[in-house]
Amino acid sequence: MSDGIGARVKRKEDKRFLLGKGKYTDDIRVENQSYGAFVRSPHAHARIKGIDASAALAMDGVIAVHTGPELKADGIGDIITGWAITSKNGEAMKIGAWSPLATEKVRYVGDSVAIVIAETQALARLAAEAVEVDYEVLAPAVATGKAMNPGQPLVHDEIANNMCFDWEVGDEAKTDAGLAGAAHITEISLINNRLSPNAIEPRSAIAVYDDAEDHYTLYSTSQNPHVARLVLSAFYNVAPEHKLRVIAPDVGGGFGSKIYIYPEEITCLWASMKTGRSVRWTAERSESFMTDAHARDHVTSAKIGFDSDGKIVGFKVDTIANIGAYASLFATATPTYLYGTLLSGQYEMPAIYCNVKAVYTNTVPVDAYRGAGRPEATYVVERIMEKAAREMNMDVAELRRKNFIRAFPYQTEVLLAYDAGDFDAVLNMAQEAADVAGFPARKAEAASRGKMRGLGYSCFIEACGLAPSAAAGSLGSGVGLWESAEVRVNPVGTIEILTGAHSHGQGHETTFAQLAADRFGIPIDNVAIVHGDTDKVQFGMGTYGSRSGPVGMSAVMKALDKVEAKVKKIVAHSLEAAEDDIVIEGGEAKIAGTDKKMAWHEIGLAAYMAHNLPEGMEPGLKETSFFDPVNFSFPSGCFICEVEIDPETGVTQIVQFVAADDFGTIINPMIVEGQVHGGVTQGIGQALMEGVVYDDDGQLLTGSYMDYTMPRADDVPSYTIGHGCTPSPNNPLGLKGCGEAGAIGSPVAVINAIVDAIGTDVEMPATPSRVWAAIQSSAMPQAAE
Amino acid sequence: MYAANYHKPSSLSEAVSALSSNEDAKVLAGGQTLLPTMKQHLAAPSDLVDIRAIDGMVGVSVSGDTVTIGAATTHADVASNADVQAHIPALASLAEGIGDPAVRHMGTIGGSIANNDPAADYPSAVLGLGATVVTSKREIAADEFFNGMFATALDEDEIITAVKFPKPVKAAYAKFPNPASRYAMAGVFVAQTGSGVRVAVTGAGADGVFRHGGMEAALASDFSTSAVDGVTVSADGMLSDIHGDATYRANLVKVMTKRAVSNAR
Repeated sequence: MSDGIGARVKRKEDKRFLLGKGKYTDDIRVENQSYGAFVRSPHAHARIKGIDASAALAMDGVIAVHTGPELKADGIGDIITGWAITSKNGEAMKIGAWSPLATEKVRYVGDSVAIVIAETQALARLAAEAVEVDYEVLAPAVATGKAMNPGQPLVHDEIANNMCFDWEVGDEAKTDAGLAGAAHITEISLINNRLSPNAIEPRSAIAVYDDAEDHYTLYSTSQNPHVARLVLSAFYNVAPEHKLRVIAPDVGGGFGSKIYIYPEEITCLWASMKTGRSVRWTAERSESFMTDAHARDHVTSAKIGFDSDGKIVGFKVDTIANIGAYASLFATATPTYLYGTLLSGQYEMPAIYCNVKAVYTNTVPVDAYRGAGRPEATYVVERIMEKAAREMNMDVAELRRKNFIRAFPYQTEVLLAYDAGDFDAVLNMAQEAADVAGFPARKAEAASRGKMRGLGYSCFIEACGLAPSAAAGSLGSGVGLWESAEVRVNPVGTIEILTGAHSHGQGHETTFAQLAADRFGIPIDNVAIVHGDTDKVQFGMGTYGSRSGPVGMSAVMKALDKVEAKVKKIVAHSLEAAEDDIVIEGGEAKIAGTDKKMAWHEIGLAAYMAHNLPEGMEPGLKETSFFDPVNFSFPSGCFICEVEIDPETGVTQIVQFVAADDFGTIINPMIVEGQVHGGVTQGIGQALMEGVVYDDDGQLLTGSYMDYTMPRADDVPSYTIGHGCTPSPNNPLGLKGCGEAGAIGSPVAVINAIVDAIGTDVEMPATPSRVWAAIQSSAMPQAAE
Repeated sequence: MYAANYHKPSSLSEAVSALSSNEDAKVLAGGQTLLPTMKQHLAAPSDLVDIRAIDGMVGVSVSGDTVTIGAATTHADVASNADVQAHIPALASLAEGIGDPAVRHMGTIGGSIANNDPAADYPSAVLGLGATVVTSKREIAADEFFNGMFATALDEDEIITAVKFPKPVKAAYAKFPNPASRYAMAGVFVAQTGSGVRVAVTGAGADGVFRHGGMEAALASDFSTSAVDGVTVSADGMLSDIHGDATYRANLVKVMTKRAVSNAR
């Protein structure tokens, strides 16, 4: 079947996007609308002594100005974090209160203080400037590595040393013992640079309150509208769930940053009730830079030991993770259970210990972003493996091979049990595609032109398919992480699949439809995907953590199973045959070995006409399923990056990038390759260009594209992509997930290639000036030892 | 954006009068700096005087050894102009490398040099070629025009009408773009002119565009990359920011000078 599993079906949703006819939140018009603008803190840290809104309220067309104490008085709750972490001494993590509108202190530049509601957007913004806030400016804590130091200003007055938690995983004594017996020890210090997510569509919200029904509707740029509704109801007390509808229409990219329920959505909803007006707000790009949750921001030191044969004997990692001013939804899970648990990489490690201290700083909250913890883990593992290989004069690939895990399932020393993989096969595939054998000749040719060439590897593994609910719950998750689906076969035989996953660039309208096309042999155009509306879809946990395939599609598969079973019963009854003899293919159901059959539309009609159904069968053809995975899935891969560096300017050009991956079963290779292209490009962005910079006063220096560098088309090469396949045994399709792998595996491949080329370490982002400075320092004459 | 009165005069005298009769009036040409600044609420002119409809403000003419470019001529028009390409190819290629297509089809040469952004490309060509800036009041030699970051010799009510470029013997512009904005981190315009070698640097200096005397002296006696090798570029007075420190920029000035010399034609 040409539209089925494994087919390169063109994306059904692209017509409307390419014609400019996508419908995003800000495209939606509602009745009685007004515009919200937020008064934001210009200071990283200050006490609010008073707010004078009289000048703003006096402006013609200004409807209202509301502040934090009013929200509190109406019982609107503080913003929550979704994952409880316990420190190694048994204490619960320390959470600093996060009011949607600040009440006593502001804690980062951009922190929201008040909302101004006016008849026009321009007026709302002017009026916001007219609100006078009297601040007592305080010294801020900004730098990740210093936030815990004695004498640092406290972001939350009650939280000592700015420490949210001091968490550990693994066995420290066993790891120390392993390292004590090592024949060789390699140490490394690393910074994982802070990133800004930069979805093309900025965050946006439209809040509509209907006083006749006491009902709220929120249109919002959300990756998970049901979770938004749940949290808005249960924790923020905006409205009970049955009185709140959340619609996430077309959403222009998320990368994690649109998982969270931000102050703006909460405030707009509440303000809509207060003013009796619909309230709309769309972030300006500078607000996106200031207030969208940032990413990464780790300071790490690590130590790995090998025996005389090059086998790993112990790995110890110490990390300080900056979570910003407040603990956002996944902020505590990201640097712990999505980071420390991945430190075994693709290797047999008999002893691992990881300690993570999470610190508050006067910066915007840091949370999950494409890869979330796993890029940071991969960066540590793969940087230190290449460094160790060089120190031991071993080939970087051979050291990896020597330590590869080859028997599955494999229980790591850091909680996870890997499901399946063939790391040798993928490494071989990548080496062949990258023509590693020809590299010395290419390097010599480049040298003849005065250029430096390097080759860098990344053999990564990640945990996707978030997540087995019971396991997640036992580790502190505040929600179950299953997914649901409903498959509706209409009387004419067309199909609607309702899914709790949300597509904001992933192509679900195509790939989810392929599942039904494959199952019943019907054209993909006869299948529609419904998502993103809590009034339409039964429930769902949304899209993040590469979960829509392994979890969301699995729920669809289970619902399709039920539909198939009912279809067989109906057909068997109609044709007077045994259920087991019914075969469904090519859009019809046949009695095997005969010419007796029913066309697909006849089956749908039979189910709804209900004139001749088996005794006791309910009419209709609509089935719902919930799927809760039994384990994570573990996509893995090998990326090989080749760079050429101009030593005069420090410019790094990526001349070749090979991405060989193992995503298990692939539904649509074209879409998967698109995910890899995007992910790898974001990873190259992190490696070479992107980096959020706050100055010592906590002012955001990279507040626009004048200073925050995004990768452009001419910065990246044509990628070479290969797929290995060891299906995951943990879901019906054998899917592992592909959304994040590119961003997880690529930064370290790029940096390893640069280190290979210039012979010295360099930090991310490896900008031209940094690479040039590194070349200069390594070219300095070394003092005799 | 704050509200502002918009004027679109068809004559220079009307423009000058609109400018001088409104205290916070600003000239609007392509608006590629002014409009984003206004959108960010960082500028609030009372009046905008759009000069693009004024007779003679747009276009390129050649007379003898001089190429004259109207102040409201866009970068795209300069880049694609046959006369500029024939007589000063370095200037055409500089214009081709400014910003992106949207900027090049709106931004103008007059707007660029009047703004004198320390990282803009055009100031280096005007200074490097020893051009003359023609205004509503007078003619100003390039060496007298640029007065440091965002500052020029222009009076408040003075409007640039054209720039007169002498044809060089040969010239080239080499730019190292800022990775984020793609403005110049170091842009060097090198020209062999009738009156000697001129080397103008943009993007790198803390005081905006400047001539590098050491480079000019070395290249005057030997117009070659090896002559540049012997010149020391001091980091004193160079910009330092998150994209590169003064030492790096000093290095870039030298490397870009060499590349300009080897590309000069």
